[in-house]
Amino acid sequence: MSDSGPVIDIRGLVKSFGSTRALDGLDLVVEPGEVHGFLGPNGAGKTTTLRVLLGSVRADAGTVTVLGLDPWRDIPALHARLAYVPGDVALWPNLTGGEVIDLLGRLQGGHDPARRAELLEMFDLDPTKKSRSYSKGNRQKVALVAALASRAELFLLDEPTSGLDPLMEERFRGCVRDLRDEGRTILLSSHILSEAEALSDRVTIIRAGAVVESGRLSEMRHLQRLSIAAETEHELHGITDIPGLSDVVIDANHLRCTVEPGHLAELLSHLSAAGIKTLESHPPSLEQLFLSHYGVDPDGATGDA
Amino acid sequence: MREANAGFGTTLRLALRRDRILLPAWIVGLAATAGFSASATVELYPTEASRVAAAETINASAAVVALYGRVFDPTSLGAVSMIKLTAFGAAIVGIVMLFVAIRHTRGEEEPGRLELLSGGRLGRLAPLTSTIALVTGASLLLGLLTALANTAAGLPFAGSLAFGLGWGATGLVYGAVGAVTAQLSTSARTARGIGLVVLAITYALRAIGDLAEPGPSFLSWLSPIGWNQQLRAYAGDRWWVLALPVAATVVLVAAAYALRSRRDLGAALRTERSGPAVGTMSSVAGLAWRLQSRVLLAWAVAFVVFGLILGSLASSVDRLLTSEAMKEFFEKIGGTSGLVDVFLGAEVAIIAAIAAAYGISAADRLRSEEVEGHAEPVLATRTTRLRWALSHDVIALAGSAALMVLAGLSIGASASASLGDWSQLGRVLVASLAQVPAVWVVTSLVMLAFGWAPRLTVAAWGLLVAFVVIGEFGALWNLPTWVMDLSPLRHAPTLPVGTEGLLPVAVLTLAAVALSAAGLAGWRRRDLAP
Repeated sequence: MSDSGPVIDIRGLVKSFGSTRALDGLDLVVEPGEVHGFLGPNGAGKTTTLRVLLGSVRADAGTVTVLGLDPWRDIPALHARLAYVPGDVALWPNLTGGEVIDLLGRLQGGHDPARRAELLEMFDLDPTKKSRSYSKGNRQKVALVAALASRAELFLLDEPTSGLDPLMEERFRGCVRDLRDEGRTILLSSHILSEAEALSDRVTIIRAGAVVESGRLSEMRHLQRLSIAAETEHELHGITDIPGLSDVVIDANHLRCTVEPGHLAELLSHLSAAGIKTLESHPPSLEQLFLSHYGVDPDGATGDA
Repeated sequence: MREANAGFGTTLRLALRRDRILLPAWIVGLAATAGFSASATVELYPTEASRVAAAETINASAAVVALYGRVFDPTSLGAVSMIKLTAFGAAIVGIVMLFVAIRHTRGEEEPGRLELLSGGRLGRLAPLTSTIALVTGASLLLGLLTALANTAAGLPFAGSLAFGLGWGATGLVYGAVGAVTAQLSTSARTARGIGLVVLAITYALRAIGDLAEPGPSFLSWLSPIGWNQQLRAYAGDRWWVLALPVAATVVLVAAAYALRSRRDLGAALRTERSGPAVGTMSSVAGLAWRLQSRVLLAWAVAFVVFGLILGSLASSVDRLLTSEAMKEFFEKIGGTSGLVDVFLGAEVAIIAAIAAAYGISAADRLRSEEVEGHAEPVLATRTTRLRWALSHDVIALAGSAALMVLAGLSIGASASASLGDWSQLGRVLVASLAQVPAVWVVTSLVMLAFGWAPRLTVAAWGLLVAFVVIGEFGALWNLPTWVMDLSPLRHAPTLPVGTEGLLPVAVLTLAAVALSAAGLAGWRRRDLAP
């Protein structure tokens, strides 16, 4: 473990590709032993940030330290202590999954064979298949097994569950919790709020290459809203008087809105009085949050290369 | 059949959009090469007597006949001026169309782009059909442009049309070969490799057949490149020969359709076998070797086979000297042993250009590994950029050197056996080794581009073609010496290699090291794609 101070410390990071400013003064602090959710819509700059942390691309401006080291210069020393799962896993088509896992493992400094076997079992992955015959989810599993079997202190995971089915996603979440219990640090990029919510101690939300908000999710009351869609037997009246509602769309006996958790009971009693026929509720997508709370179009950014 | 080809127009437009620069550039460049060669020859051989003398020299030299074929009508200006372009040029046309065909079939299928399109209304056979349409159109256009260029340069129209259509028909056949090999492997790289092997074999068949007159000259008729020669443009214009490539194309295209109909999207004919569950590679060097060794082995086999064939021709060098005047001439400049040296030196120089092609393709692996996203996970480990880049660079440099050693040994041994003079083995081996630094310079140009202008890595192929063209046509086109000197291949010492060859060898080696080092320095400071 690095002595004290943050594991990742980014201040004022700027990165442009041609005329596109992918990162525009981004700050990110990840403390030791935490699972840090790195949230943003597609093209916000999450992958570019991770690639700066890996030394794949060089920062134009700002300071970046990872485990107290410079990610551009101190590559062997730094990479011996971190593991990475790319968002888009490309494998050599004529190597088997097992060969790729073992190659990456040895290049990282050695896997624990028992841990490798356990992970293969857990993710139900056949290591004898040639990579070209793997589905997207199975390619993702190869990268996950290679990373999770390592003894890294820091894990950089770029949308690691894309392509995994819900069962595998749950097993992955279990792995992340185990890593945290062992005191490792995890930076988990995602565009799905619920995923970050389920795993993260803290989150940083970015848009267009800059931070919108950072902190504990439980402290972000406005992010705790639920999206509601309901149909009732009778016409709805007086819904708009309920506090904590927004984005309300009423069409006779159909309702769409978002509600703060504290006012959910009030809304439900109002709906049941009108005779609930159908009711859907789900956490809002990040895109919805951007629209309703920051008043910005999340597609306004590019550069998530 | 109609449903299977639904979406034909869309995939054809996509192919045209993707090829909008490279394919027209090849077509114009090839047609211009023919036109320039024609007009240069018109100036070079104004009289019939001068033409006949030139043609007889060509027909008398085994090396030239093996490489380019015979001049069928020594009095014909067209036949003399197009001699280098009839077999050799047709092979280039064949490679271009082979690569175009594979690029739009397996090349689209392998990375899953075709799967993306298949969600729409796209028939199973539409990509293949549109590729064949593209190759046909491009071949025809190339043929007609070439006919126009040669006519404009002052050659007769009928012969020019025959010559142009001969090129077009050759392009068509090898495009169809590409359509077939694309069905055989799940990898576009392998499909190109198989196609190139087919081209090399057919080129060698006609070389043996052409030399063998009298003898098993039927071998020339087993090769599409041989057909293009037997068309005898400007020397009788045997139009009926054009039926052979057209028929072969029909058969090959039918085979491609049959193969495509019998397999799934993304699959090959052979189902994928399982492999080891546990890996043995423990370094990036091991990975690079695993990725490249099979290709290198295939090249090595090809080099040995070609070397043995080329070397065995050495004994026929003086047999071909039919005219008394020419025998006298060669005896004056050093006798037939001098002639054998010229012959073997020319073969070694050609082999060196082919070894440079290997060096480029092996070094180019760096770029494809980067673009395909294979480099990033490796570079996220303790592996440094330098170590990773060297893993492929070393294979490119050592591999091309090893190929030259094999070429030297096989040409030398085969020539020694056919001449009954074992001193040739050492001499040819030394001459082959003397070419290695020039090959390294060409290979290191890839490293330079990879480090500083990665998108231009592919331009190394264009430079190699330019170097070969300078070597083949520079003198004919009267290029200034400084332009000719741009080609590193021209600076390598040729047979007999003496101590005076040490200086260019040392300079070329230093140049290669400097280019590679500069490329690696650029690579260490630039952003990783994509």
